[in-house]
Amino acid sequence: MMDLKGVSVGFGAAYALRDVSVSIARGERLGIVGESGSGKSMLGLTMMGMVPDAARVEGAIALDGAQLARASERVWRRHRARKVAMIFQEPMAALNPLQRLGETVMEPLQVHLGLSRAAARDRTLELFAEVGIPDPEARLRQYPHEISGGQRQRVLIALALTCDPSLLIADEPTTALDAHVALRIIDLLVNLAASRQMALVFISHDLAAVARATERIAVMYGGEVIETGPTPQVLQDPQHPYTKGLLGARPGIGGETPGRGPDGRRKRLPTIPGTVPPLSALPAGCRFSGRCPVELPHCARVRPEPHRVSGNRIATCHLLGGRA
Amino acid sequence: MTRLLTPNLVLGAALVVLVVGMAALSLVWTPHEYAQMNMRDRFAPPSDIHLLGTDQLGRDIASQLMVAARNSMTVALIAVLMGGSIGVALGLLASAIGGWVEDLIMRIADIGFAFPALLFAIMLSAVFGPSLWVAVLAIAFINIPVFARVTRGAANVIWTRDYVAAARAAGRGKFAISRDHILPNVAAPVIVQATIEFAIAILAEAALSYLGLGAQPPSPSWGRMLSEAQTLMFMAPQLAIYPGLCIMAAVLGFSLLGDALRDLTDPRLTRSRQA
Repeated sequence: MMDLKGVSVGFGAAYALRDVSVSIARGERLGIVGESGSGKSMLGLTMMGMVPDAARVEGAIALDGAQLARASERVWRRHRARKVAMIFQEPMAALNPLQRLGETVMEPLQVHLGLSRAAARDRTLELFAEVGIPDPEARLRQYPHEISGGQRQRVLIALALTCDPSLLIADEPTTALDAHVALRIIDLLVNLAASRQMALVFISHDLAAVARATERIAVMYGGEVIETGPTPQVLQDPQHPYTKGLLGARPGIGGETPGRGPDGRRKRLPTIPGTVPPLSALPAGCRFSGRCPVELPHCARVRPEPHRVSGNRIATCHLLGGRA
Repeated sequence: MTRLLTPNLVLGAALVVLVVGMAALSLVWTPHEYAQMNMRDRFAPPSDIHLLGTDQLGRDIASQLMVAARNSMTVALIAVLMGGSIGVALGLLASAIGGWVEDLIMRIADIGFAFPALLFAIMLSAVFGPSLWVAVLAIAFINIPVFARVTRGAANVIWTRDYVAAARAAGRGKFAISRDHILPNVAAPVIVQATIEFAIAILAEAALSYLGLGAQPPSPSWGRMLSEAQTLMFMAPQLAIYPGLCIMAAVLGFSLLGDALRDLTDPRLTRSRQA
C-alpha cells in the first residue's frame, strides 16, 4: 500500500536518504534499523510528507496508488491521520503540556471525522480502552505531566489511531521507556496491527525490540537501505558486513556472553570501528566503505548493486556479487 | 524551589493595586466633582475637605488624580490590547508561514521599530487634531512590532516541538496548530511583554498629555497636570509633585511586575535586564 521507489532526500549536495526503495503491504510489520544518522527517522518523516522545508525529495512515493513525492503540504494533509499516522520517540515532548489528554485526542475526531463533541468523547474513551489505558474516563481531564511515560505513549497511539490509518509509523516508540513498559508497548503495537489490519513501520536501533515487533526488516546505513529480508533470517544470518557488525555489537545475556579469551581476561564486546561520517563526508561508492572490515579496493568508488541473496532477501554489497 | 514572592513582585504588585484601585474607585466615587472650580479656595493645603489640597483653580487634587489614573489606565489598556492582538497575530502568521513572508513581516516590523512614538503621535495629531484617541492609536501602533517580534521568536521555538509534529501527523493545518498549540504556549512571554508595554504606554500617555496631545481639558491627566503645574513650580510645587509621584508609581509598578513575571516564567533570564 505504500511504495517508495528510488527515493532520495537531499539538502544541498548532501543526501540524508539515497535511492531508498521500500514497500509495505497492508497489515505488514516492517522494522527499520540503523545507527543514529543512518537516515531511519528521515525515512519515517518522508513517509509522512514531513521532511524539513529545505529538503529536496526525488524518486517516487506511492500511497494506495496516489503519487506523493512532489505533493504539496495541502495534499499530504489529506492523507495524514487517515492513511498514515505517526508516533514519536519522546512521549512527553509529543504531547502539548497545556492541553488536556481528552482534548488532544478528540480534536482530530471532531475536525477530520466531523463527530460532535459528545461522539468524539465516546470514541476517545473507546480508543483509550483499545490501547489499554486504565480508567479512561479520568484520563480525559488530565494533563500530560500527570501520567507516566508508558501511559503517554498509549495516549499518542490512541491519537494516531483516531482516523483508522492503514499505516502507522512508530519512530523509536520505546527508546524513552523502561524496558518492561517498552515490551508492553511493542506487544500493543503488534496486536493493533493484527486486529486492525494496519501496517506498522517500526523504526528503532534496538534489535531486540525490532525482532519482537516486526516480520520484515530493513537495515539502513548512511541514508541507504543496505539489507532487507524476513526479520528472523536477517538477524540470524546477516549477509551485509554492516549488519554482521551491528549484530556482533549486542551485549549478550547468560550463555551468550563473549566469555573469556585465551589470556583469561573477559573478551571485549566487538564494535564497528569509527562513527557514521557526516552526510557531506559519506563515501561516493558503498556508504560503509572506510569502516568495513572486509572492504575491497573499489568499494569506496563504485556503488554496489542490490543482490538477491535468496527468495526475499536482498543485500547491497560488492562481496555478494551482481544485480538482484 | 525558587522564591515566588520576590521583592520585585511584592512592590510591583502593591503599586499596581494602588494605582488600579484609584482608577477603579473613581468610577463610583471621588471625594469631589473633579472639574468643580472654586476661586475662593485656590491652593488650599491638605485638609479634611480636600485630602491633597486644591490647585490654581480650586479643584480638588485627589479627585483629579483618581480620574487621571482611570484615563491613563484606559489609554494604556486599549493601546496594549490593540497593538498586542495585531502584533501577536502577525507574529503567529510570520512563524507559521515562514520563508519570504516571515522575512517581509519582520522587516516591516523593523521599520515600525524605527518610528519614534512621540513623533508619530505628533504627526497623527497634526492630521486628526489632538485627542485621547490619537494617543491610543499612536501607542497601539508602536506596540505592534514589539509583540510581533516577541511572538514570532517564541513561536519559532514551539514549532520545533514534537507535539507540533504530532499535530501535523494527525493532519492538522498550520492555522489550527497556531491557534491550539502555538498560541497557548507563547502566552507566558506575551503576557510578560504586555505588562512591561503597559508601563511604557502609561509613560507615553503622560508625555503626550504633557505636550497637550492626549486627554483634552477638562478631562484630567497626570501629564497635563504636570505641565500646568510647571509655571507654578516655585509657588506651589506640590501641584507637580503629586502627578509626578503617580506616574512614577504606575510605571515603576508595572515595570517591576513585568520583570518579576519574566523571572518567574523564564528562570534562565533571572536578573538580566533589557535596556
